[in-house]
Amino acid sequence: MQRAVRAMNGDDPLWSLLAGFAAISLIAVGGGIAVVPEMNRLVVDVHGWMTDAQFAQLFALAQAAPGPNVLVVGLIGWKVAGLAGMLVALAGMTVPVGLLAYGFARFRRRLSGAAWLRLAERGLVPVAVGLILASGIILGQAAAVGWLAVALTVASSLFVWRSDRSPLWALVVGGIAGALFL
Amino acid sequence: MPQDVAAKPSLGAFFLAYCVIGLIGFGGVNAWARRKLVEEKRWITEQDYAEVLGLGQALPGPNAMNVAIMLGERWHGVAGSLAAVFGLFGPPLVVLVALAAAHDAYGEVPLVKAVLAGIAAAAAGMVIGTALRMVQKLRPPPAVVAVGLAAMVGAAFLRLPLPVIVLGLAPFGILAAWWSARAARGA
Repeated sequence: MQRAVRAMNGDDPLWSLLAGFAAISLIAVGGGIAVVPEMNRLVVDVHGWMTDAQFAQLFALAQAAPGPNVLVVGLIGWKVAGLAGMLVALAGMTVPVGLLAYGFARFRRRLSGAAWLRLAERGLVPVAVGLILASGIILGQAAAVGWLAVALTVASSLFVWRSDRSPLWALVVGGIAGALFL
Repeated sequence: MPQDVAAKPSLGAFFLAYCVIGLIGFGGVNAWARRKLVEEKRWITEQDYAEVLGLGQALPGPNAMNVAIMLGERWHGVAGSLAAVFGLFGPPLVVLVALAAAHDAYGEVPLVKAVLAGIAAAAAGMVIGTALRMVQKLRPPPAVVAVGLAAMVGAAFLRLPLPVIVLGLAPFGILAAWWSARAARGA
């Protein structure tokens, strides 16, 4: 009962996490990174859950760790309300748009072969590849702490582009070079 | 370059593949998902993956998750989508929380920071190299390349909002695809 009242007042953090990230996810066209400024606004300005610096730190941690960058949402939830906060924030960010993607997949199957859909799919390919290239460049700029880091990025690009070997080798070399020289 | 596709994955193999993709996905997951699904497992062709990724970006939400859900649905329905999402998010979430807890307890460990900085630089190269590899295999006609370059410049240098880029360039991409297909048929 108390929780219901607090939820209606909008100050139950679990409810705020769920509703806030659900709303943000629905405008995240192009990927989770597209809505980082919106997340910052929700977390710092609207609810005062943390400072700008703390938000930036969490984001940097999620970028440095493996896995989808959108996992920063889980870290935010964890900071705000522990394990429950983490699960609720991630549910808000993933369940509504996940259902949408699932529904779209079903719809696409039913229409498979429709000429206009094939054309739209092919038309989105250059945007997808261009955005991958852009995200690599942005990551490279952020990682460029010195000439060695830039050299690592360039060497790794060439290795992944031209070689069939696993890109994990590039990460191993990068990690060792980082430990020794960065 | 062989583009033949292996048989569809079993649910377990698909789940495990997405666990690995999540755990090694430094610098974002899409480049690693492509490596695993297209090159190592051959469950899907280069063109097919690029199209699903394009749809995943045009739909709202995390695009790697949208791709995982669409591929899961294709091969195993609801169970496939759930397997992909839990594989993609579960293992790296555990790693991330452990890192955050260590960060809270010990502050910044210089060696860990240096290793992650080196990995970040290499991971950026992994993402750039993946884009170049895709271009090489997809062999897009010039009009399509122009749309891709516009997306790259808009996101990396002009720093335009991603929804503006995706929705703004989609008509040009479609036009370029249509025009190139017509030119190819005419030739």
